[in-house]
This record gives sequence, C-alpha cells and structure tokens, in this order.
Amino acid sequence: MAKVDWPAADKRTLIGKRIDRIDGPLKATGAAKYSYDINRPGMLWARAVTSPYAHAEVTSIDTRAAEALPGVKGVWRDTEKEVRYAGEIVAAVAAETEEIAQEAATRIRVQYKPLPHQVVDDDPKFFDAAKDKLNKREEGNVDDAFAKADKVVEGEYGIPVIAHCCLESHGQVTEMRDGELHVWPSTQNVSRYSDQLGGAVGVDQNKIHVECQYMGGGFGSKFNSDKWGTIGALLSKQTGRPVKLLLERDIELMTAGNRPSAYARIKVGAQKDGTLTAVEADIWGTGGNGGYNPPPVPYVFKVPNTRLTAKGIRTNRGGQRAWRAPSHPQGCFLTMSALADTAAALKMDELEFFLKNVSLTDRAEVYTEELKIAADLIDYKRKAHPRGDPTPGPVKRGLGMSIHTWGGMGHPSECDVTISPDGSVEARLGSQDLGTGTRTVIDIVVAETLGLPLHAVKVQIGKSDYPASGGSGGSTTVGGVSASSRLAATAALNALFETIASKLDTAADNLEAVRGEIRQSDKPENKMSWKEACALLGVNAITKRGSNNPGESQKMHLMDGGVGGAQIADVSVDIETGIVTINEMVAAQDCGLVIDLKTAESQVYGALIMGITYALFEEAVYDVKTGRMLNADMEFYRLAGIKDVGNLKVHMMTGKGYDERGVVGLGEPPVISPGAAIANAVANALGVRVPQLPLTPDRVIAVLQKGGNLA
Amino acid sequence: MSDEIDTSKPAGLSRRGFLKGLGAGSVATGLLSPAGLKEALAREGGVVGPGEVPVTLKINGQNRKLSVEPRVTLLDALRNRLDLTGCKKVCDRGTCGACTVLVDRHPVYSCSMLAVEAEGHEITSIEGLGTPERMNEVQKAFVHHDAQQCGFCTPGFVVACSAFVRKHPNATLEQVRAGLGGNLCRCGTYAGMMLAVVDAAKKGGA
Repeated sequence: MAKVDWPAADKRTLIGKRIDRIDGPLKATGAAKYSYDINRPGMLWARAVTSPYAHAEVTSIDTRAAEALPGVKGVWRDTEKEVRYAGEIVAAVAAETEEIAQEAATRIRVQYKPLPHQVVDDDPKFFDAAKDKLNKREEGNVDDAFAKADKVVEGEYGIPVIAHCCLESHGQVTEMRDGELHVWPSTQNVSRYSDQLGGAVGVDQNKIHVECQYMGGGFGSKFNSDKWGTIGALLSKQTGRPVKLLLERDIELMTAGNRPSAYARIKVGAQKDGTLTAVEADIWGTGGNGGYNPPPVPYVFKVPNTRLTAKGIRTNRGGQRAWRAPSHPQGCFLTMSALADTAAALKMDELEFFLKNVSLTDRAEVYTEELKIAADLIDYKRKAHPRGDPTPGPVKRGLGMSIHTWGGMGHPSECDVTISPDGSVEARLGSQDLGTGTRTVIDIVVAETLGLPLHAVKVQIGKSDYPASGGSGGSTTVGGVSASSRLAATAALNALFETIASKLDTAADNLEAVRGEIRQSDKPENKMSWKEACALLGVNAITKRGSNNPGESQKMHLMDGGVGGAQIADVSVDIETGIVTINEMVAAQDCGLVIDLKTAESQVYGALIMGITYALFEEAVYDVKTGRMLNADMEFYRLAGIKDVGNLKVHMMTGKGYDERGVVGLGEPPVISPGAAIANAVANALGVRVPQLPLTPDRVIAVLQKGGNLA
Repeated sequence: MSDEIDTSKPAGLSRRGFLKGLGAGSVATGLLSPAGLKEALAREGGVVGPGEVPVTLKINGQNRKLSVEPRVTLLDALRNRLDLTGCKKVCDRGTCGACTVLVDRHPVYSCSMLAVEAEGHEITSIEGLGTPERMNEVQKAFVHHDAQQCGFCTPGFVVACSAFVRKHPNATLEQVRAGLGGNLCRCGTYAGMMLAVVDAAKKGGA
C-alpha cells in the first residue's frame, strides 16, 4: 500500500533533484502561447481610453467620430462619473485591426470637469484625520524602556510606490460563443478568475470557461478579472466577435499594479551589548485611493516594548495591489535600516548585532545558521569593516545584511490523477504556472509517487474546467499542488494495487511502485511492469481525486508554513557620481522540503534581482501639479539589466531539520530582504545613511553633500 | 542598389518624406527597402496608404505575402497577421527587447520597424531558430541553466543571444554583461542567462 508521506531522502528519485522545467523548451522556442498570443478567428482588437486628469468628473463621452471610422465594430463607455486617478479607463473601442482601434481611441471625445487632486505620499501632513483612522499599536512599557536604554538611535527612512510592471500586461481575449463565455486572461488565479466577471456581464459561472496556459508575470497583481475583463466581455457580447484587450504599457504602469509606499521616523533603544529593548515608529504612506495596511515594524525581531502609529494617505493614484510579499519588503527595509544604524551607533559589527538579537525571533536557530552561511559565502570576515570605508579614492565598498520571514502554507487544491489501461498518466488541476515551475513540481510529485519517469505523466493545468486549485498568491501554490497531486496519485496507485494484487498472489498492502515496475515490497522479484499492470484495468481507467485540506496536510507533514532567510549584499559606491554597484549578493533560504532544487534556486536568484531593481531603480514618479505619472514607460520606469546584478550566490537550506516539515512556499520570502541589505551595505560603505529607496545617484550625492562627505 | 529608393535626391520621394506622408510617427531603423514598395509607390503616384499595400516578407526562409497598412510595425505584422507570436509586445517603444528578431542576421527591435520597411530583407523570428524538439544551442542552454521563469522576455533574449554568440564565439561573462543590455527581464533570470550564454558560445552558438 502506498503511503502519502513524502519518501525518505534515500528513496527519492526525483524530489529534491535539480530538474529542468518541463515547459522550458516551449518557452525558449517561442512555442508557448501566452494569453496575449491567443488569436481567435474573426477576432477584434480593443483599445482603452484613459483619463488625463488625476481627479475629475466625466461630463460627456462622444464616440461618434470613432464609430464613423471604417473597421470600428464596438464601443464601451463607462457609466461611472468620477475618475480618481490619471490613467483610469473611461471608454474603449474594438476594431478590425489594432491600428484602427488605436486611431479610433484617439477619436473618442471625453469632456471632463477637473476636480482637486492630491498625489503626494511622502508628507504626513496630507493624512486626513477627519476621514481616516490613525492606526495605533503599543506593547510593553515603551517610555520606561527608552529611559533605561544605554543607547537611543533615531532615523528617517522611506520606500516609495513601485509598480509590478509585468512584461505581459494585464488583459485577456474574450469570446462569447453559443451563450457561453470563453476567456483567456493573463492571470494567476485560473479557478477563481471569473468570480466577479459573471455578475458584471450577466453570464452564469457555469457558462464561463477560463484558460491561461502561460502568463507573463503577475507578482500579486493578477487575481481578478478587473475592469478590462468586464469591458472585453461586454465588447464581445456587443459585437458577437472575439475581442483582444491587453493594456498598453503606460496604462499598465499607471493602473494595474502599485506597491504601497512607507516612510517612517523610527527610534530604537538598545543595551550596551546590543540587546534591543524598544522600538517606536511613526509610519505614513499611500495605498492609492483606497485604504492602507501599515507594514510590520519592528519586523521579525519581537522587541518587547514597541509603539507604532501609522497614517494612510489617500492619493489620486492607481489603487494598490499585492506585490510579492505584501507589506514585508517595506517593514523589512524600515526595520533593518534602523537596526543597522543602531549597531553602527553602538560601534558593533552588524553581523554580531544581528546574531545577538536572533533570540527575539521565532526561529533563532534557523537565522543563526543562515546568517553564518551567508557570511561565509560572501567572505564576511575578510571584507567587513566598521561604518565608512577608509580606503582612499572615490569608490567606497561596504557590506550590509537583512533577515526576513514568510508563511507560505499551501492553499486548498484539488487534483485528479487518471491512470489509463495503456499505462499513460494524467494529472489535472485548475492551477497555473507563473514561471515558478508549478507544472514541473506536479510532474515530479506524480512521477515520484508512481515510480515513473517525468515524461510518463501529462500535466494539465490552466483551465477553470479542471478541479479547482487556489490562486497563486502568498507562496501558497507549491504546498497546495504538491499535497493535492501527492494525495491523488497515491489514491490512484492504491486503486491500481487493489486491481492487480491477486495476479501477483499477494495483498495490495504489500505492493510498491518503483522504477516502472510494481513489485512486492518484501519480495521484489515478484513483480510486473507498469504497462502490464495497467493493462489489467481492462477498459476502466482509474481516476482519483486528491483534496488538499491545509490543516490536515500540515498534520501529515505534507506541507507547512513559516520560513526564514538571510541575505548579505556587497556594494561599491562611487562618491563622485553617486552610482551604486552591486558586487555580490548572497542568500540563504529555507523552504521546507524542496521538490525541484533547480527551479527553487531560480526563485531565489530572481528575487535577489527583483530586489536589486527596487533597491536601485524603481519608483513611480508623480507630478504634483498635474497628478500624472511621469515615468509610465519602460525607459524611465527602470528595470535592472543583466549588467546591473553582480555575482549572486544562493544557498537552499535542505536536509535534516528542513525536509521533514514538508513543502513550504518560496515565491515571496527571498524578495523581502534585498532593499534592506543593499541600503545597509551603502551605509556601511559611505559612513552615512541614504535614507530612501531607490538608491539613485542624486539621493547618494544629496546625502554626501549634507554630511560633508562628498569627494 | 537597383532595388533601393534613392534618398539623395530632394525632389524625389525621400524615405523621410515617405514616412512623414504616412503620419505613422515611425522610428528610423537604418534599414532601407524594397521592391514591392517601390512598385506600390509608382502605382499610387508616389503615395502609399493610408490603405493596405501588398508586402512580401521573407520570414524564416519562406516568402509570406500579406496586405498591411504602411503604419503597421513588423512586430504587429508578425503577431497579428502571421500568428508568429513568439516575439512579444511589451514596451512597444524600443526599450525592452522582447520583440527582437533578426533582420539580415542583425538583432532588431521589431516594434521599431515598419513591416513595409522589412520587405527585401531576411527576417528570422524566434520560430526560425529552433523547435521544442530541435532547439539551437542557446535554447538548450537556456533550458539547462533555467534562464527563464515566466518566459515572456525569453524569445527576445534567445534571438539576441543567438546573434551575440555568433559574434562572440568565446564570450566571457564581462562581454555578456556588456553585450546583452538591450533586453530586459522582470522575473530576474539573468543569473542563469549569463551561464547559458557563455555555455552556448562554447558549444558553437546558434
């Protein structure tokens, strides 16, 4: 009888190995069809019209000139009168070609009555106390702790609004056919994508079919059908034709993803030996025109006496969306910057200071091990110096570090595994692969369970018609699909054992599936090949469903939640130009049982690079007067290029103490620390703190000028 | 030269005047055109468009006839008319490289070239470099070193890298860093990509 527990290390043939992603060849050859690539017969192209005003009342929308253009087949006008940010969609048009749609969009005349707007997010005076509640939290006796502290260190830090900037913009192809709605969206939530769409366009959920085989990045911004999903479906209904509506880059950057900003004044109290005793933080920032969830400060370190106030500033900017590890990069940057400044004020080595305080965390042993591994990887002992690189010349070098945490417990997921009489195997689930390697993980789990090679299993995901699986958010996918596919494959295998046991003159309980054979566990020579065994099924394929109930799977150690990670950055700063260069960055990361070491490492490498990008380059810049985003394109909204990332080293924590926990998610945790580690490294190099991300040359120079350290 | 438009004569139809006449706001790509276009210009009395004009594009070794408005970019012609969707539309402004194709073996941003300009040139899209069953060395190395995550930037990178390794058969990491700055990735696949390109260069490239 096959058991659902993960096999012991010496029994694993695929799990934990370095395995190429199974859809790699399709992606590398351009054969993978992304939602943006779906071209349906008779399809129309749609373009959106957006408000140039940050706040206005729409008084009229005249689409006659657009409709008069040959090739224009449909128009959509918003009935909502108020626009709340520049870039908000107010109308759309569908036409025979993309070029006609583009031209028609310019012919739609929208009249606005401008209203007062507010886009400033970094000044707490814009907090509206009459409208919004001050967020307050206090633990312990803060004033007493500060009075008794040997050292009190104060500082101001900030991390701006950044965009998701998914390379495949948001949007979808929509087709109404025989009363049923077919949608190919770019989504990270196949099974539940249409929850809000059905009601909005008047189609029952059981008549909506969602498919997304490949999607070009989501990072937390692609869970719902959104306004453009509704517009696409309505245009398709109106015209009776399939409609492709993918956002243009400027709209994508203005409207389809904003990570909230966070600015703070932080005061830290510590004893002479470095022990943290108190933290007080006043935080402000924006989540756009909606609410604001303050970042966790202090982060990871549970300092006994803490006081936090947070002010959410409403701005006429696009709404916030979850961005990889929501609130954590902000909380981490604010906290770790203040802590590194405290260590410097105490004239303590930063590593020693962090190690001193890991007892205040939930996983002291893990962080200790990870910090030491990261220190070894970056050659900390040789390179470390007190704050301010004493080396003569304009280029100063420094090290900085940070630690982080995340949950990552698997989501509810259902999976069907079918074993056919010809020996072929299929796994079906309504999950999605964001590029994290989900398809490959499912393949590994099912193949390992059945004792088969990877290619023997066909993995079918990306359709809402398959058994429901959760959205890919919060690092919940790998745990969820690993557990459901393991449960389904085990159940299907046991059903096969029941069918064939008598042919091997033994009980199903005594059978195991190993290397393409089914054999008696205690008498391995009593066996038959996988194909022979499946042939005994006659005409009846076996299909079994595995349902991941997170609580139960956690008890069975199939999956778990809660991880830690440590990162150290080595940077150079040119004090004449203000340019920050990443020399090297290292990460030690825990995520329980690793299914595919290769794609797991890729998650961490990618997170380091995404972190380098927001540490050095990314910021949504708004013009206060017009309320418009000034860098809504990819030339001025900069992403790191291949020359910007330095040497990267990743160490996955595996083996005893980690494997037996089961599978834990990995997408979020490693992206949390880079901003903090890099900012701390810059402070270590310069001897002064550059308080706000991104660490652009102008900010570095401004700080040096103020501190008199300019070369 | 006989196939090319003579841009030296101010009285004739200059390339600049031609583009201006289209009102397409196109970006000059430095590549000149084309027999069919010249015929069209002659037929229409020196003006093509705004309606569709016949164009023959040689893509991946095959001549493909299509009818496009002069304002249609090569990228949109490939994706929207020929269903060659390997090249991606991301920035649509010549910044990110996701739309990279080879024109006469040189990497070109297809979002910044008009389809009518591409007539008379050899165009190679990602689909012409390999198939999942028969990948070129760059593609194999991308898979082996996991130089891709969501994969949306990957085809553009593979095209650029294939041209790069042909030019730098013994590429060093430093050359890779300097030479592949014309493409951008959001998931952060550069670590695997550096290894992949050096590896592919060693194995004889594309």
